[in-house]
Amino acid sequence: MIPAAELSDAWPATLELTIAALLIAAVVGIVAGIASAVWPNSLFDGVARLFSLFGLSMPIFWTGLVFIVIFSLWLHWLPVGGTGSLTHLILPAVTLALPSVAMIARMTRSAVLDVLREDYVRTARAKGVGEVWVLGRHALRNAFIPILTLLGLQSGQLMGGAVLTETVFAWPGLGRLMVKAIFARDYVLLQGAVLVFALAFVVINLIVDLSYGLLDPRISRQG
Amino acid sequence: MDAWLRFRKNRLALIGLALVLMLVLAATLAPWLALHDPTRQSLIEKRARPGAKYLLGADEFGRDILSRVIYGSRVALLVGVVSVLIALAGGLVLGTAAGFTGGWLDTVVMRVVEILLAFPYLLLALAIVAMLGPGVLNTTLAVGIWGVPAVTRMVRGSVLALRETEYVGAARALGAPAPAVLRRHVLPNVLPGLVVYATLFMANAILLEAALSFLGLGVQPPTASRGLMVSTGRDVLLVAPHVATVPGLAIMVAVLGFNLVGDGLRDALDPRLTTTR
Repeated sequence: MIPAAELSDAWPATLELTIAALLIAAVVGIVAGIASAVWPNSLFDGVARLFSLFGLSMPIFWTGLVFIVIFSLWLHWLPVGGTGSLTHLILPAVTLALPSVAMIARMTRSAVLDVLREDYVRTARAKGVGEVWVLGRHALRNAFIPILTLLGLQSGQLMGGAVLTETVFAWPGLGRLMVKAIFARDYVLLQGAVLVFALAFVVINLIVDLSYGLLDPRISRQG
Repeated sequence: MDAWLRFRKNRLALIGLALVLMLVLAATLAPWLALHDPTRQSLIEKRARPGAKYLLGADEFGRDILSRVIYGSRVALLVGVVSVLIALAGGLVLGTAAGFTGGWLDTVVMRVVEILLAFPYLLLALAIVAMLGPGVLNTTLAVGIWGVPAVTRMVRGSVLALRETEYVGAARALGAPAPAVLRRHVLPNVLPGLVVYATLFMANAILLEAALSFLGLGVQPPTASRGLMVSTGRDVLLVAPHVATVPGLAIMVAVLGFNLVGDGLRDALDPRLTTTR
C-alpha cells in the first residue's frame, strides 16, 4: 500500500483514541483540581495529590497491562484489545488519559488556588456574592488560561502516549503503524506519520492560542 | 544551607530521596544483592509464581525476576544519568550562547529549538532511534537529544533575565570580560533551576528508556532492562501476569523517587514558590 493510503486508514482510530483521552483528562483533571483547590488540605485533596504523584510516575504501557489483568482477566468486564464497540475504547482511553489527568489536576489546583488569593475574589466575597458564583464567574475564568495552555501541551503527550497505548491494546492507529514502519525500515511511512503527528500538535496549539481571546477580551489578535 | 533545611522538612521529598538511594544502591551492589544470575535460565521453572526460591517469581525463561529488576536498575540509571548530562551540556552551551550573545545566533538557535519542540514527546526520541538503530548507546543518545531543546529554552530564559540585572551591569561596567561575567555572575544563578530540571528530567529519561525498550527499539535482549521485561512478559500476560507487571512496578518506584526529589528541590530552592503545597 502507498504510505498516504496507510496513513489515511490509520489516523481516524488515533483521533478517536486521543480525543476520548483528552476529554477524560480535561473533565476529570479539571474537576479534581478545582475540588482540591476549593477544599485545600482536605481528605479529597490529599488523595487527589497522591494519585497525581503516582499518575505522573507510572509508565503507561504498564498501566495498560495492569488494567488488562484487572478488568479483562480477573473481572471479565472489558475486552483485552482491538477495536469495535465503545467497550473497546474504555481501557485504552483511560490508560492514555491517566498521566494527563494527574498533570491537569495538579496545574488546575495551583492555578485556582492562585486566583482565589486575588483581591477581586475577596472583593466579590465581601460584597456578598455567593461562593458558587465567585468560583464560576470570577475565579475559574481567570484560572482557565494556564489550564488551556496545558491542555494544548498535553495533547502532544497524548499523541506520544498513543504510540504505547496502541501497541498494548492492539489499537489499529498511527502509533502502531509508526512502530511497524520503524521495524520494516519504511522511512517514508515513518516520516509521514511523524509529520501528521507534528502537524496535529501545531494546529491544536494554534487553536489554543486563538481561543485565549475568547476567554480574556484583553488578549486580542492585534496584540 | 537553608535549602537543605527546607528540603529535610519535606516528608515526601525524603521518601523520594530514599527511593533514589535505593535505586543507586541496587545498581552499584547488583552482583551482591541479586540472589540468582539474572541470565541463568531454568526452563522447568518458567513463569514460576512468586515464592520462597524466586521472591518475585520467574519469567518466561525461568529467570529470577528480582535479580533482573536489580540488574535492570543499572541500565535505567546509566541511560538516565548519561542522557541528563547530554541534555544539560547541549542545552547549557546553546542556551547561554543564544541568550548571552543574542542577535542572529539567538534567532537561529531558538527557531531550531521551536521546531524540535513541535514534535510531541516520545516521537522525537522515536525518530532519532529509528535513524540510529536500537541499542543502549543509541537509546541514551536519543533520550539526551530529546532533552536538549527544553533545556536550551530554559537556560536562555534565565540568561536573558540575568543579563539585565544590576550586578551583571556593574561587573561589565568595571570592565570584566564577557567570559568572566558569564562564569562568575550568570551561570551560578542558572544552576539552581537547572538542578531541579535535571532531577525531573531523570524521571522522564527513565520512563522514556523504558518506553523505547518496551517498543523493542531501545535496549536489546538479553540485557536486563525493565521496559524490555514488561514487553516480553506481555506475551504471557494472560497466564502469568506477574512477569510483566512486577518490572513495571519497579520502573514506577524509580520514577516516583526522582519526581518527589525534584518537587522537593524546587520547593526548597525557591521558598517564594508555594503553589505546589
